[in-house]
Amino acid sequence: MRPRFVDSGAKDTRSGFGAGLVEAAQKDSRIVALAADLTASVKMDAFAKQFPERFFQAGVSEANMIGVAAGLATVGFIPFVGTFANFATGRVYDQIRQSVCYSGKNVKIAASHAGLTLGEDGATHQMLEDIGLMRGLPGMTVISPCDYNQTRLATLAAAQWEGPVYLRFGRPPVPNFTPVDDPTFEIGKIQVLLPGSDGVIFATGHMVWHALQAAYALESKGLFIAVINVHTLKPIDEMGIVEWLERTPVIVTAEEHQVHNGLGDIISHLATKYRPRFVERVAVQDTFGESGKPDELLQKYGLTASHIIAAVERALKRQDR
Amino acid sequence: MSIEELEKIAAQVRRDAIRMIYLAQSGHPGGALGATDIFVALYFAHMKHRPQPFSMDGQGEDVFILSNGHICAAWYAVLARSGYFPIEELKTFRQINSRLQGHPATKEKLPGVRVATGSLGQGLSVAIGIALGKKLRKDPHHVYVMIGDGECNEGQIWEAALFAAHHQVDNLIAIIDRNYKQIDGDTREVLNTDPLEEKWRAFGWETLSLHEAHSLPAILSVLREAVSLSGKGKPIMIIAYTTMGKGVDFMENDYRWHGKSPGPVEYERALAQLPATLQDF
Repeated sequence: MRPRFVDSGAKDTRSGFGAGLVEAAQKDSRIVALAADLTASVKMDAFAKQFPERFFQAGVSEANMIGVAAGLATVGFIPFVGTFANFATGRVYDQIRQSVCYSGKNVKIAASHAGLTLGEDGATHQMLEDIGLMRGLPGMTVISPCDYNQTRLATLAAAQWEGPVYLRFGRPPVPNFTPVDDPTFEIGKIQVLLPGSDGVIFATGHMVWHALQAAYALESKGLFIAVINVHTLKPIDEMGIVEWLERTPVIVTAEEHQVHNGLGDIISHLATKYRPRFVERVAVQDTFGESGKPDELLQKYGLTASHIIAAVERALKRQDR
Repeated sequence: MSIEELEKIAAQVRRDAIRMIYLAQSGHPGGALGATDIFVALYFAHMKHRPQPFSMDGQGEDVFILSNGHICAAWYAVLARSGYFPIEELKTFRQINSRLQGHPATKEKLPGVRVATGSLGQGLSVAIGIALGKKLRKDPHHVYVMIGDGECNEGQIWEAALFAAHHQVDNLIAIIDRNYKQIDGDTREVLNTDPLEEKWRAFGWETLSLHEAHSLPAILSVLREAVSLSGKGKPIMIIAYTTMGKGVDFMENDYRWHGKSPGPVEYERALAQLPATLQDF
C-alpha cells in the first residue's frame, strides 16, 4: 500500500515561515530580520514583537534592505529579509548578486506570495520567474517547500545552513499534509512521497499537493505514478533524481513558475546529462498572470491535478510510440 | 605619524596607482588619484584598525568600505602599504589569477576587502548594516564608507540615506568623493546632484564639508570633527571637494581620465610628476 497523505487543515506557507523564524531566533541570537513595509503580510510580526532590538523596518526600500542585510552578515549575524517574491528577487537582483552572493554573505531571502496563487493583486505581484533568477546565482541555495509544516522546517534549516538561501513560499491557505517534524526533510535531498513504477512526477511548492492528487486519481486506473518533492532546487539532488530517470521513461514536472528556468529545465538538464528522456512540463507557459482567485488562476493557467494527469497521459502515449 | 610622512606615503600611493593601472593597461586613474589623500589619512593616521590577522567581521576595530569600487587602485596600494598584504602583490592588479580584482571582491580573499563593490550604490547600505551590527554587539568603533558623487545618481543611495537617519545609525561616517566628474562628463551636465550638502542635511544627516580635500591636516581635522559628532543620533556625511586626477596635471579635472590607462608617453609624463618617495613595488 502506498502512503495516503491527508490534509490536516489548510494553512498558508507564509505562516510556516513566521513560526520557523521565531523558533530559529529563540535558539540562535545571531538571527536578525528586516522587512520592507510588509511585516505582517510576510508573517514577520511575531518576530518583530518578540525581538524588537533584532528587527529592522526598512520601509519600501528593498535594495537598501538587501545591502543592510549583507552588512549585518559581515559582522556575523544571520539576517532574514522578508518581502513578496517579486520585490525579493527581480527588483533587487543586482544587490543579491553583488552584495550577497558574490560577496559570500550569509543572508536568507524569505520570499512570500510567490506564484499565481497570490491571486487578486494580479500579474504585477505574481512572481513566476524567481526560481530561475535565483538558481542562476553562484552560491545561492533555493528552497521551495510544499506546505506549512515544511516551510517551518525549511526556515529552521535555512537558519543553520551556511551561505545565502532563497526561501520561496506563498500566500493562500493550502493543504498541510507533511509531518510536523518530518525527519526526511533535508536541504538538497529529494523526498519520495509516493513510490511508483509507471512514471514519475517531480513537483515543487504548492504543486506537490496537486501532484499527489493526480497520482491518487491515476491509481484508480491501475497506474502507479511516483511523486517526488523537489523542495530544494539548488543544490539539486542529482543522483536522487537520476535514479528515477533511469527507472521510468514517463517523466512529468509540475511547478507554479514559468516553464522556463525552473524545475522543468532542471529535470531536462539532468536528463540530457545522464539519461536522455522526454520531459512533460506543467508550468505557466511563458505568459503573465492576471487577477482572480487562486484556484481559478491555477485552473486557467493549467496548474491543477487534472493538468498533471493529462501530462502523465501524454508522456505515456509518447512512450508507446 | 607626522604630516610629512603621510604626504610621502600619499605621493608613493599615487605613483603605485598609476604604475598598477599602466601595467594592467586598464583601470580608473582619475578617481584613484583624487581620493588618495583621504585613504592615507584614514589608514595611516585616523582609523583604529588591525591589518593582521585580517578579520572579516571587523569586530573591535574601525571598518572602511569603498562603495565607488572602481577607484580601488589607490585603495589597494594603501591596504598593501599599511600591512594587509604584500606590496609586491600590487603588480598583479587586474591580471588573471590575482586577488586584486578590477573592482574590489571578497571571493579571492584579499585582506582588507569585506564586500564586493563596483556595481554602484550598494556599499553605503552594506556599511549601514555593519554599523548596526556594531551597535548590536556593543562595539564602540566606527564604520567609514566612501561613495562617489556620480554614485549619488543611484536610487539605493537615497534609500540608504533615509534608513540611516531613521534608525539613527550614528556610528557611521560617510565621505562623498565630490569631484563633480562622472563617466559622461560633469555631474552638473550628466545628472545634477546639486545642492548636495543641503540634500544630505534634509535627509537628516550631520553634514560637514571638506574644501581642502588634499590637505592631510584638513582631512584629519574633519575626520576628528566627525568622530566628535558621532553617537548623537545622526549619521555623519563629509562632502569632500576632491580634484579628480590630483597630482598628474593633465589628468586633473578631466573626466576622460575616469577609466583608462595612460599610454607610454603619458605614463612617462605622469611618473615624472610622481617621483618615488618610498620603495616601488
